[in-house]
Amino acid sequence: MPATESRARPDWRPGAGVEILQLRASMLARVRAFFAARGVLEVDTPVLASGATTDPALESFATAYQGPGVGGSRALFLHTSPEFFMKRLLAAGSGPIYQLAHVFRNGEAGRRHNPEFMLLEWYRPGFDPAALMDEIDALLAEVLNGLIDYQPARRLTYRQWFVDETGLDPWCDSVAAFRAFALEHLPSVPESLPRDELDPWLYLLLTHWLEPRLAPGAVFVHDYPVSQASLACVRRQPLPVAERFELYVHGVELANGYHELTAAEEQAARFRHDNRRRQDAGQPLLPIDERFLAALEHGLPDSSGVAIGFDRLVMLAAGVDHIDAAVSFSLARS
Amino acid sequence: MATYTTNEFKGGLKIMLDGDPCSIIENEFVKPGKGQAFNRVRIRNLKTGRVIERTFKSGESVEAADVMETDMQYLYNDGEFWHFMHPDTYEQVAADPQAVTEAAKWLKEQDTCLVTLWNGTPISVTPPNFVFLSVSETDPGVRGDTSGGGGKPATLETGAVVRVPLFIDVEEVIKVDTRTGEYVGRARD
Repeated sequence: MPATESRARPDWRPGAGVEILQLRASMLARVRAFFAARGVLEVDTPVLASGATTDPALESFATAYQGPGVGGSRALFLHTSPEFFMKRLLAAGSGPIYQLAHVFRNGEAGRRHNPEFMLLEWYRPGFDPAALMDEIDALLAEVLNGLIDYQPARRLTYRQWFVDETGLDPWCDSVAAFRAFALEHLPSVPESLPRDELDPWLYLLLTHWLEPRLAPGAVFVHDYPVSQASLACVRRQPLPVAERFELYVHGVELANGYHELTAAEEQAARFRHDNRRRQDAGQPLLPIDERFLAALEHGLPDSSGVAIGFDRLVMLAAGVDHIDAAVSFSLARS
Repeated sequence: MATYTTNEFKGGLKIMLDGDPCSIIENEFVKPGKGQAFNRVRIRNLKTGRVIERTFKSGESVEAADVMETDMQYLYNDGEFWHFMHPDTYEQVAADPQAVTEAAKWLKEQDTCLVTLWNGTPISVTPPNFVFLSVSETDPGVRGDTSGGGGKPATLETGAVVRVPLFIDVEEVIKVDTRTGEYVGRARD
């Protein structure tokens, strides 16, 4: 082939055009106005942390500090969410807080993923998940006002969602039953999915069967399997469920929230369990954030918290289907 | 054995699936915020042309397919195989009907085609976008009618049948778009 492009310069332009940059700016301003009116404090916590999330589904970027105060070097991680620092602020008596934070997740790039992205994360002491969902609806109605039509989200339990779409109940039915459903209904099933673990099959069906079949509009899915509790507290009755929720808008996962776990011992046990799973999978073990656990021991007020993928919100408002068009410079342009 | 991980997936990558060489059309990274990541991939089987969807767990590896696309000159058909030659090395390969399929009706000796080789054997042949072929059979031309309106079928030297304007005559050479099978114009000397 003729080398016609041999002298072409690299593409230096931003992925988001000026109009989308202006849209982003106005949405950020609306977010700040929304929280200012409600007396929620804007905070700004570090991106670099000594502790990292142990969640086996998240990979932190690792780096190291060398310099005054440290002989040798000290491992640091770019945060995957500002959660640990923000909960330390809550424990210190901050009251309701929010943050617009750039966060980092290694290994994630695609149409809806960029390894660096922006989360809008906030915490509400004294709110239960239902009250926080109401506030999310109010925030989205205001931020998206005049851009796209946003109607308050339907609410659906994770269990009901699976039962409706697959006829199977994640709390009762076997891995074999979910596997059989996947083999029958999906064009393809990864051969290496373990046959003795339910969660991978739930994730497969969630992403390949349930999400694509979501009706247009917004829906809160709530009350997750305990194995997917993450940092949410568990309600034991009538069936044990994690008080966790996700918001989907037009089939796209937009937010993840918890009724926050406040028990330090339980949280420490989950971190250790995560690291054991990491070890089994050959993933790096990560230092548990002891200062975060100490804050829980001191006492975290009963709170609900949520993180919204801000870039995905911009995608939605701008009607673009690739994150590259919603941010100034995605990984491909960095 | 060369392999690719899902992180290397992109359009055009050639991989082996179920024993057949395939080309990735589209690769989508799918991951719940907290949960297992997958690559959902649309793939064309290069032997059958069929498009399928496959899901991989992110991080899995697949075997690479030794597939090469190369321009080759079409030489002749021996009744069973179509023979092609590499213009630089003069190396020759023989393509069977499963590889040539629909391209057969556009193949004219000396023309340069895109031949897809898997482990050195042709598995598909793409004719040039435009070919110049003489008309071997059609109704007599209507003189003076250059409006291009209407039309009639014409059989070309390779056996292909295309719709041509009324003024086209037997033995005329016409230009045809092989992607659509449509008459483009008269050949100009």
